Amino acid sequence: MAIYINENTNVLVQGMTGNQGSFHTRQMVNYGTKIVAGVSPGKGGQDLDGIPVYDTVAAAAEKHRIDASILFVPAPFARDSAFEAIDGGAKVLVLLPEHIPLHDAMAIMAFARSRGTVIVGPNTFGVVSSGKCKIGIMPNQFFVPGDIGVISRSGTLCYEIVGNLTAAGYGTSTVVGLGGDRVVGLNFIEVLAEMEKDPETKAIVMLGEIGGSAEEEASLFIKENITKPVVAYLAGKSAPPGKRMGHAGAIIERGKGTFDGKVKALNSAGVPVAELPFQVPGLIAEALK
Amino acid sequence: MKLFEYMGKELFASYGIPVPEGGVVSAPEAAAGLTEKIGSVVVKSQILSGKRGKAGGIGFTDNPAEAVELAGRMLGSELRGFTVEKVLVEKKLKIDKEFYLAITVDGAARKPVILASSQGGMDIEEVPEEYIVKTLLDVTIGLSPFVAREVTRRLGVSGQVAKQIAAILGNLYRMFVELDAELVEINPLVISGEEVIAADAKVTIDDDSLFRHKELPVVEERTSAEKKAHELGLSYVELDGDIAVMANGAGITMATLDMIQYYGGEAANFLDAGGGAGVEQTAKALELLLSKNPKAILINIFGGITRCDDVANAFAIVKKNMDITVPVVIRLAGTNEDRGREILRENGVEAYKFMQDAAAKVVEIAGGRN
Repeated sequence: MAIYINENTNVLVQGMTGNQGSFHTRQMVNYGTKIVAGVSPGKGGQDLDGIPVYDTVAAAAEKHRIDASILFVPAPFARDSAFEAIDGGAKVLVLLPEHIPLHDAMAIMAFARSRGTVIVGPNTFGVVSSGKCKIGIMPNQFFVPGDIGVISRSGTLCYEIVGNLTAAGYGTSTVVGLGGDRVVGLNFIEVLAEMEKDPETKAIVMLGEIGGSAEEEASLFIKENITKPVVAYLAGKSAPPGKRMGHAGAIIERGKGTFDGKVKALNSAGVPVAELPFQVPGLIAEALK
Repeated sequence: MKLFEYMGKELFASYGIPVPEGGVVSAPEAAAGLTEKIGSVVVKSQILSGKRGKAGGIGFTDNPAEAVELAGRMLGSELRGFTVEKVLVEKKLKIDKEFYLAITVDGAARKPVILASSQGGMDIEEVPEEYIVKTLLDVTIGLSPFVAREVTRRLGVSGQVAKQIAAILGNLYRMFVELDAELVEINPLVISGEEVIAADAKVTIDDDSLFRHKELPVVEERTSAEKKAHELGLSYVELDGDIAVMANGAGITMATLDMIQYYGGEAANFLDAGGGAGVEQTAKALELLLSKNPKAILINIFGGITRCDDVANAFAIVKKNMDITVPVVIRLAGTNEDRGREILRENGVEAYKFMQDAAAKVVEIAGGRN
């Protein structure tokens, strides 16, 4: 039993016929993900390698059970497509696009909450239960089954560290990309709670960064609720205040969201923070002793 | 995108939020007429930063000639790192009490939040928590009047003043939503007799929503290099050091900068080239880095969807066509890294496998801290 998604998850791809959509649909199929249908308005009746394409989510849902959906539509159209997926019954929705307007993100989160849909992202690489189901754009080769859960605010850095873990002999159970925006669906706390319950996860890696208060809030939660070992790495130690470091959420504002504050919070919850990314597997080995 | 105070006040006025009588000028002489008409005025430098008073960017007078002199002194001057291009000349208010009122986004709650305080006038960060009324809003119902009534009750105001603050709050929320704002802030919100007036305006619009706000003025806060990078679709921030950096992904770029600092160097910039770094993009990015005259360049690529051989090929082409005068250290790992390494070797560059080795090397080449 993996968390959020597993080998039985039926996945819909919204925007499947575009460049990104078709490329990553094939990558996901290669990984073993059960992609049952695609949606591209105006392209209903076509197919991608035999996967049927529909004009609307409702049309796809008439023919297939839809458990999860992933969005490959441009940011200005993401709100409508997200509403459509939630309305269509998706229980997990992965929002890949970067630059979704903040107010659209808040509207999506409110509607998702009212329907009980789990939102991953926006501005995320997605979510993968290693060896079972990948809904996202991460490179297949690094996500091999194992018992380390990983929760990350960034993409490539997560691949780097998962790559380090794999090289050190640690596979992953579930890897969740929270997303780099200010308003995102899943947060550290929610995923930590699931990983605590997940029998396939033995230890947890948190990959955070400067900005916001997600790591501080997670620290309080870990103190009270998490018995499994947690280790962390945080990006942005050298970032000056007031500058947005690529991610919309990665900014030190009004003295909040600093690197030192986050390290202190995590340490007080018993979470060691690696100084450099390649030290993460060592901390895991230490924690699992 | 941050708006200047005068722009924020023009928007306030259009949303029915009272602002002081006044006008914005870019020539000192224009301050005379306004002062003559208004009487006692405050002259305020228009820069995208707070704490102008302490820096000498605000002055008071009721004399037209003096207003011209004040405006003349401010216009063109450097204030908190910005050049003053406009000053706002407006009526000096009789202040009975100052409040703080703002709506912004609470990222953790994923909702808009009202922040209000009876301790206005100072930075909200300096106001003790118990004096801040914080109210999360549900976007599905918006700001229903009962919410505004409750905020004013908790602020401890009543009568006409409470009614006016509630009305301002309603209008502020309408503006926050309609303009896709990240922040709308009134500090101070001044009580002057029976009147409630927005004496300052801080408005930040969500950059990602600008495509649907062609009606708004354009305020350019970025440096010319940052602007150029933005047009190229690169995420770029200028920093103070001398080692230029390019990586693929915001997190890994930050981690690269951190590593340079760890080994005793200082990065000249943050440049996230994103996924799929093609030849053109790589070339443009390198051009941008070189334009800042760094001592060395570090390229850190972790190939996922981005293929290392593509990046290596792009670099090889750029190297043939461009005069790269500073040492370049490259790290390649991930998808097709062996092929990428081979291509670079054919072009006289030995790529590193681990980012820590590459970071240490580039710091050594740049000679550590100055």
